[in-house]
Amino acid sequence: MRRYAYAIPYWLWIGLFVVAPIILIIYYSFFDIEGHFSLVNYQTFFTPVYLRMTVNSFWYAFLITACSLLIAYPTAYLLTKTKHKQLWLLLIILPTWVNLLLKAYAFLGLFGTYGAVNALFETIGIGTKQLLFTDFSFVFVSVYIFIPFMILPIFNALEKLNPSLIDASRDLGASEWTTFRRVIFPLTLDGVKAGCQAVFIPSLSLFMLTRLIAGNRVITLGTAVEQHFLVTQNWGMGATIAVFLMIAMAGIMALTGNRKWGVRQ
Amino acid sequence: MKVSRLYLAFVFFVLYMPIFYLIYYSFNSGGTMHHFESFTLDWYKDVFADTRLLIIVLHTMIIALLSSSLATIIGVLGAIAIYYAKHRWKQTLLTLNNVLIVSPDVMIGASFLILFTIAGIRLGFTSVLLSHIAFSIPIVVLMILPKLQEMSPTLIDAARDLGANEWNVLTKVILPYITPGIFAGFFMALTYSLDDFAVTFFVTGNGFSTLSVEIYSRARQGISLSVNALSTLLFLFTLVLVVVYYVITQRASVKGGQE
Amino acid sequence: MKKILSLFLLVWLIAFSLLYVTKTIESSKGYGGANTLTIYNWGDYIDPALIKKFEKETGFKVIYQTFDSNEAMMTKIAQGGTTFDVAVPSEYAISKMKEEGLLLPIDHSKIPNLRYIDKRFLDLSFDPGNEYSIPYFWGTVGIVYNRALLGGKEITSWNDLWDPSFKNQILLVDGAREIMGMALNSLHYSLNDTNKTHLQQAKQKLDALTPNVKAIVGDEIKMLLANEEAAIGIVWSGDAAEMMWENERLDYVIPKEGTNLWFDNMVIPKTAKNIEGAHQFINFMLDPKNAAQNAEYVGYSTPNKKALEYLPKEMVEDERFYPSEQLASKLEVYENLGKNMLAYYNELFLQFKMHRK
Repeated sequence: MRRYAYAIPYWLWIGLFVVAPIILIIYYSFFDIEGHFSLVNYQTFFTPVYLRMTVNSFWYAFLITACSLLIAYPTAYLLTKTKHKQLWLLLIILPTWVNLLLKAYAFLGLFGTYGAVNALFETIGIGTKQLLFTDFSFVFVSVYIFIPFMILPIFNALEKLNPSLIDASRDLGASEWTTFRRVIFPLTLDGVKAGCQAVFIPSLSLFMLTRLIAGNRVITLGTAVEQHFLVTQNWGMGATIAVFLMIAMAGIMALTGNRKWGVRQ
Repeated sequence: MKVSRLYLAFVFFVLYMPIFYLIYYSFNSGGTMHHFESFTLDWYKDVFADTRLLIIVLHTMIIALLSSSLATIIGVLGAIAIYYAKHRWKQTLLTLNNVLIVSPDVMIGASFLILFTIAGIRLGFTSVLLSHIAFSIPIVVLMILPKLQEMSPTLIDAARDLGANEWNVLTKVILPYITPGIFAGFFMALTYSLDDFAVTFFVTGNGFSTLSVEIYSRARQGISLSVNALSTLLFLFTLVLVVVYYVITQRASVKGGQE
Repeated sequence: MKKILSLFLLVWLIAFSLLYVTKTIESSKGYGGANTLTIYNWGDYIDPALIKKFEKETGFKVIYQTFDSNEAMMTKIAQGGTTFDVAVPSEYAISKMKEEGLLLPIDHSKIPNLRYIDKRFLDLSFDPGNEYSIPYFWGTVGIVYNRALLGGKEITSWNDLWDPSFKNQILLVDGAREIMGMALNSLHYSLNDTNKTHLQQAKQKLDALTPNVKAIVGDEIKMLLANEEAAIGIVWSGDAAEMMWENERLDYVIPKEGTNLWFDNMVIPKTAKNIEGAHQFINFMLDPKNAAQNAEYVGYSTPNKKALEYLPKEMVEDERFYPSEQLASKLEVYENLGKNMLAYYNELFLQFKMHRK
């Protein structure tokens, strides 16, 4: 037991800021809007409106994660090949320090009917397109926000990779693609998983962007929680959705979880 | 190689595009982020004349630095505890650890608000600091755990066999090994703290405010370009900081290599 | 190990020196003393010059904090833990806060300037006798449209919005009461209707509007309409006034089926510490000259009859922003429908948002 004593601040944190809020939320989820104990929130959750919202959230979170991965993997890979790779990595993280709301406003300007992107389209000859308030702009901006959190773990995994393994594969006559498919990618899978978790899970509960960039054409579970807490003041329903979000998170963690743990110990 | 250069250049271009957009319009005398009229530095003068805004910037930085460093310390301890934990507890601990990452910010904010009310903590600096520490810890743990996993357990056993006590094992073996993870965790915590709006919005009070909350409340009128000017200054400041930091660490490691 | 230690030492050194700097600035500006007055208001809902003037006249230091929705404000006040001396909620929030005992009564003897307020705005159903609240601003919900983009077409009623030629041209504010109210009004029902069949009808009517709706947005709506991102918007009157200053091609109309008339009043929350200062502030804001200055800055309509004399004539005579009593009689004030009904409104609005084109 003495071995765990040094982590007292961490246990305190888990108790006060994780377990206590979870209990609070589960407790609230059993109260209807009038403050009476009931299961009505759980019934409501299984109505078509909320089920469709859940499916929507998962679908968009999936899209955002897939796009992030597709763009992040080559980026991380190419970054490891650059000369000042640590500096470039820092420069990838730097934009996240600029206020999110400001960046969203910048995108409103860039993607607007008279914005810079449409001006570019006009000169290339594609013509003005509606970009704002579409699925495209929503996924684009979300990927923009989350991509550093995908690049970072993949970059770290690639860095760990033993270069002699790649040389060996080449010496054995494997093509670039085969080397990637059979050697590099499997060995960086942990980084990919970590990145996917870091993007998928928060994407499920996105809110501000659904209004600013998607004009409420995309409604996710996060939007609904925000609505219930701040507008309807139906904390019970908000808490119920939150309970399902937590279950989803635990499920995803278990699915992509670190199966290696057991082997190591 | 050409294609890859182009690809990276494109990624960086997109990442920095909105930021350059903000910077560009911070020099606009027109007052909006559309139709550039003429060049002006008025917005920068506004920033330095606005004491309240400057105080808020300072508050934001203080909260970010204190919360991320304290969260890093607690996170390191937590990660090591999870690393040592028995197998069947590991997944549970990890899931508990990640609850705050998945929870919508609004909910975290609301539940923290209730918590502080119960505990009788006055809303303001303390409550904001505690909240920021609280939501930064899990990301620090997640950044450090992979480094720990990577470390071979025989390393620790060897140290123990050589007569090292727990403290020595921690400072001489574990910490040096996970230093990159600690740095990454610290930077991520800093990022989370600087970025957070929703949680702070709930737990702040008594005149205390952070930049993102202030920007949000100013956004009703259409964001004033002085906010753009301020962001430009902060962005350039951090950019310089990052480059200087990189050059220093680079020098240090070159020296280290020579010794 | 040395690397980590030096990082933390550096971070703490910076943090504490920043803390020192902040404290020095704060104390030199006089913040943090017992002489402070905390005002909790909507973002950018007061002329900052007036705050400076108030500080100079009374010697109080004003802390101006903002909220973005009545509900967020109520949550904060209900939870306590923070001091707010004056807050500015909307009418339905006032009746709710009254019910929950979140307000302190206002001492009218300390507010002599109350006599300048137009009688129309006093003694209303949400606060009989103005025991707890004093009028700050009022306005309507209506339609802003861009004549040029619509090829000169006129809009006079809610029902005009369903015109198929307005495909993908309408921006809506993100408010359940506002949008459901619009649909109810277009069906000639009251916007406080609690009949579920009527509400379902309204929701179906909204679904039919979906092809015309480009987006449902928040405060960005002002910027988007001024930049001609869309031709039509459902907005609050004060926002409309602001947009029209920026873009002359915009026009505002109060739809002929009737619409919502709303009020934002000043109240003293139960968390107040500086009650004397709060009364002084409320009285200060009711001073006709101050009220006029504030109305010119904010763009909403002032309930201060005397202040109208200090405002530009074309502003006061504009029926769109100062509707005559006769027109105003057609407008309705939101009633507090109770939690359950409000939840039902929000549920329908959510379903409408989820309805795909």
